[in-house]
Amino acid sequence: MEPILYEGTPKTPSVNFDADKGIVEIEGRSIPENSVEFYKPLVDWLEKYKENAQSNTKVIIKLEYFNTSSSKCLLDVFKKLEAIHKAKNPVEIHWYYEEDDEDMLEAGEDYESIIRVPFKMVEIVE
Amino acid sequence: MSFNFQEYFDELINGNVLLSYKGRITTDLINSVLDSIETKLQDSDEQSKVRKKVYNVLVESLQNLYHHNDDLPDSFKKEYGDSFGVLVIKKLDDAYKISTGNFIISNKIADLKSRIDKINSLSKEELKEEYKHILNFQKMSEKGGGGLGLVDIARKTGNKLKYIFHSFSEEYYFFSLDIFISN
Repeated sequence: MEPILYEGTPKTPSVNFDADKGIVEIEGRSIPENSVEFYKPLVDWLEKYKENAQSNTKVIIKLEYFNTSSSKCLLDVFKKLEAIHKAKNPVEIHWYYEEDDEDMLEAGEDYESIIRVPFKMVEIVE
Repeated sequence: MSFNFQEYFDELINGNVLLSYKGRITTDLINSVLDSIETKLQDSDEQSKVRKKVYNVLVESLQNLYHHNDDLPDSFKKEYGDSFGVLVIKKLDDAYKISTGNFIISNKIADLKSRIDKINSLSKEELKEEYKHILNFQKMSEKGGGGLGLVDIARKTGNKLKYIFHSFSEEYYFFSLDIFISN
């Protein structure tokens, strides 16, 4: 399966989806006006990945900023990951937040309470 | 008395203004506002926690303006084209104040007013539940927002949203919103 590899821009995150390694990584800023356009290919990729998922998938979410329109799209990404996890191919989501960024930690906890996948909150200490 | 835009704007830009804008709300404008404010915040000695909140709330405010700026009275259409919004960012003694303004059709006021009043009535914990509920159960609107923006702003600032609907004409009101981020 072809990986997805995007460079980050000031308004969109870098993306590294690697089926061979079972890595799903989103990092940077996600504040585009139209986030659906950006996230649709990622959600589609995960739908396909589900058919041949690795026995373990490691998800790394390391966002500095994201807008509310991205927050809906992230939920779609997590729902796909939840389906993979349910299909007995364990997924673990590593949610990174900077040490003074309580809002980002809370955002991770919001998702953790909605999505039935283990979350690991990782504090980035500068 | 009907709404005098110039008076409203003059009053808004009175004080310690970090940025003020009136005109078309485009993607390019949003990018340049975000760039400029990010640089200004970095150059200030503001703690990073507050800088992040200001930036986050600004992103949402601009997004709101971007999606709600195309109901315009003819006089403004003539002068500004197909969209019009106001953005002013001020530094007060104990807070940053982000003010936005846009025209709204009279029949949309009741909905917006009741939404803001509801948000203002919720506690921190209730706002969290409201946010999660909208996130999880409400379909995203075509414009992408899906009603999360104002809830998110209220949650992140912990302050009430201050608003006024100025009567402009029978058909149009001018909606002005003040958001406070305490520092």
